[in-house]
Amino acid sequence: MPRVLLIEDDPSVREGVELGLRRRGHEVRTAATGESGLAALAEFRPDLLLLDLMLPGMNGVQVCRRVREDSQLPIIMLTARGDDFDVVIGLEAGADDYIVKPARTEVIEARIRAVLRRIEAPGGRPSVEFHGELAVDRAGLTVAKNGERLALAPSEMKLLLHLTAAPEQVFSRQQLLEHVWEHSYHGDARLVDACVRRLRNKIEDTPGSPRYIQTLRGFGYRFGPL
Amino acid sequence: MTGPRTGGAARARRRGADRAAAGAADVRPGSAVRPAARDRRIAPFGLRTRLVLAFLLVAAVSAGTTATLTYREARSAVLASAQDTAVASFREQVETLAPELPIDPVLLREYLFVIASKSKPHPWVVFAEYGSLRVSSGTNPASTVITPDLRRMTLARSRGSFQRVVSAGVPYLTIGVPVLVRTGPGSSMPSGLVLFAVMRMTDEEANVDALVTAARDGALPGLAAALIPALIAARGVLRPVRQLRRAARSMGSGRLDTRIPVRGSDELADLARTFNESAGQLERSVDELQQAEARARRFASDVSHELRTPLAGMLAVTEVLDEDADGLDPDTARAVRLISAETGKLAVLVEDLMEISRFDARAAELNTDEVDVGETVRKTLDHRRWGERVRTDLPDGIRARLDPRRFDVVVANLVGNALRHGSEPVTVRLSVQGGLLVVEVADSGPGIRPEVLPHIFERFYKADAARTRSTGSGLGLAITQENVRLHGGTIRAANGPDGGAVLTVEIPLHGPHGSQEATA
Repeated sequence: MPRVLLIEDDPSVREGVELGLRRRGHEVRTAATGESGLAALAEFRPDLLLLDLMLPGMNGVQVCRRVREDSQLPIIMLTARGDDFDVVIGLEAGADDYIVKPARTEVIEARIRAVLRRIEAPGGRPSVEFHGELAVDRAGLTVAKNGERLALAPSEMKLLLHLTAAPEQVFSRQQLLEHVWEHSYHGDARLVDACVRRLRNKIEDTPGSPRYIQTLRGFGYRFGPL
Repeated sequence: MTGPRTGGAARARRRGADRAAAGAADVRPGSAVRPAARDRRIAPFGLRTRLVLAFLLVAAVSAGTTATLTYREARSAVLASAQDTAVASFREQVETLAPELPIDPVLLREYLFVIASKSKPHPWVVFAEYGSLRVSSGTNPASTVITPDLRRMTLARSRGSFQRVVSAGVPYLTIGVPVLVRTGPGSSMPSGLVLFAVMRMTDEEANVDALVTAARDGALPGLAAALIPALIAARGVLRPVRQLRRAARSMGSGRLDTRIPVRGSDELADLARTFNESAGQLERSVDELQQAEARARRFASDVSHELRTPLAGMLAVTEVLDEDADGLDPDTARAVRLISAETGKLAVLVEDLMEISRFDARAAELNTDEVDVGETVRKTLDHRRWGERVRTDLPDGIRARLDPRRFDVVVANLVGNALRHGSEPVTVRLSVQGGLLVVEVADSGPGIRPEVLPHIFERFYKADAARTRSTGSGLGLAITQENVRLHGGTIRAANGPDGGAVLTVEIPLHGPHGSQEATA
């Protein structure tokens, strides 16, 4: 069962979520501030970070940026709907998904599982594919550009794997939400846009005029043609 | 809840409230008065025309009166001076010569020539009449100008008489003097001989004509000159009036800080000052109203915010309650299940309240995406496992720019409502009519009562007073309406021909502004 670090300042939410997740078999560590959470990170070595956006002192977005500096730990933000602006900033900072509070434990757990789920490598194909300067290893879950390994967050990796599995096929943002994030069809398309932006910054030569991940106005995204 | 967090949340909320206040000051397009409608035609006799006419009338009347009086006085003065001189000198001539005047026509004519030669101020012709004897210094022995009136008056008065006569367009002064015979010292009697002088008055007439011309020539520039003050006065009145009109129109279109510059201290300046004071009062009271409204909205928003945090903790553990309820004694189990179920409903209610207060604060955002509408509706129904209970007519290939999450809320609320309050089958029909996406949700129930129909989109509206709480939050249709409006669309409720309720949503296919804003 995954190990979850929960950073949440409100005691009742912290306790409630911890209780719920622990009942479902997760190993949960909690922290009340961003600083103490970051300190627990190295020692607890969680599989996933549940991060409240509005924290006293160091806020969730700052924590998120700090984690992303040297780690591709899956991060799910906890947010109150209506703080729309903060969601976008959090996603830009490298969060993989977000959950709107209040949420039932089953919803939180489903989201955790979705983020942690690996995309199955299709059988009968070589595990390493080459697309232009990109080398995508589906089995080892690594991506290299010009032989140099890229650090991709889980959502970025899954998005790239999904798109490269069917090059030149157009996926609508709602389809990507369904298949990559396992959201319902009516999810928040900003999740896709933010992830595409982050991914482009890492794999494109000039993120402003992308070659690998192309936008089709009014329809969605596709990989290539190169 | 800890201190700093409250601060952060409050800040975030204030942002929304400020936006609400700013939004409330905006002019809604629907209520804006179109300037064209206000541009009324000015009546043909506007203020300017009337002022100019009044000025001209006054100038004309005063110039005319002055000219007439001057003319009459000057004319009589000119004529009087000429005729006095003539009458006096003629009488003097006659009196000087009277004792010597013969009755013999030839001799008499010589005398008449003498008198005629001494005419003053203009040459005159002298006529003498004695019984039937007619002698003159002119070519005709008898005058055509002398009237019987003058003859009678001359005979009646010993000092003679005169009369002004116009004959064939020429003015004449006619003077008659009877010749007296001295009968003793200090007494005399008429001799029967009467002398008349006939003098042309053309010079005097010319002088009087010159006066008339002068009066006319003076009056016309006077009238022209009156135009200038008339126009200036009209401008002085009209400019403040125009300013007032502009300011009133500007206030009407929502700019309550409109003021008029006050110049001078006349009645118009007073009017401007009164306008400014009234505008100030209006602005203040509107401001107060808006502040009160913003406070009320902020309060609703704050309350739901504050409720949400404890709910987040409670909702996370309802599962624990549900799972363990079976092992508890029956009463405790019922109580625990009740708390768990109501916590879920409370969470929905608080979410809906939050959503409504975001709409009120105009903080609701539209994240549009171009989607296949048929597929979107199908996903909404599948997601809630309504596929079997709902008939659909969803043509393929209808693409629209909309916010998928909000559109999902709209469809889910309408279908959920139809399933709850109407009866199956519920039908969802999709079509495109002239750039509008039309979604029709119909049920087969008894329909909506006519008196309820206008209220069904109101918040917490209870169609049935006995039913204190529905399964929904009571905000579903209100939120649906707000979501449709956010898309720039409309929603209406009616009863179908077969009795069921029909709710119809119309949304522009290309987004609220028909623009291409999203990235993909």
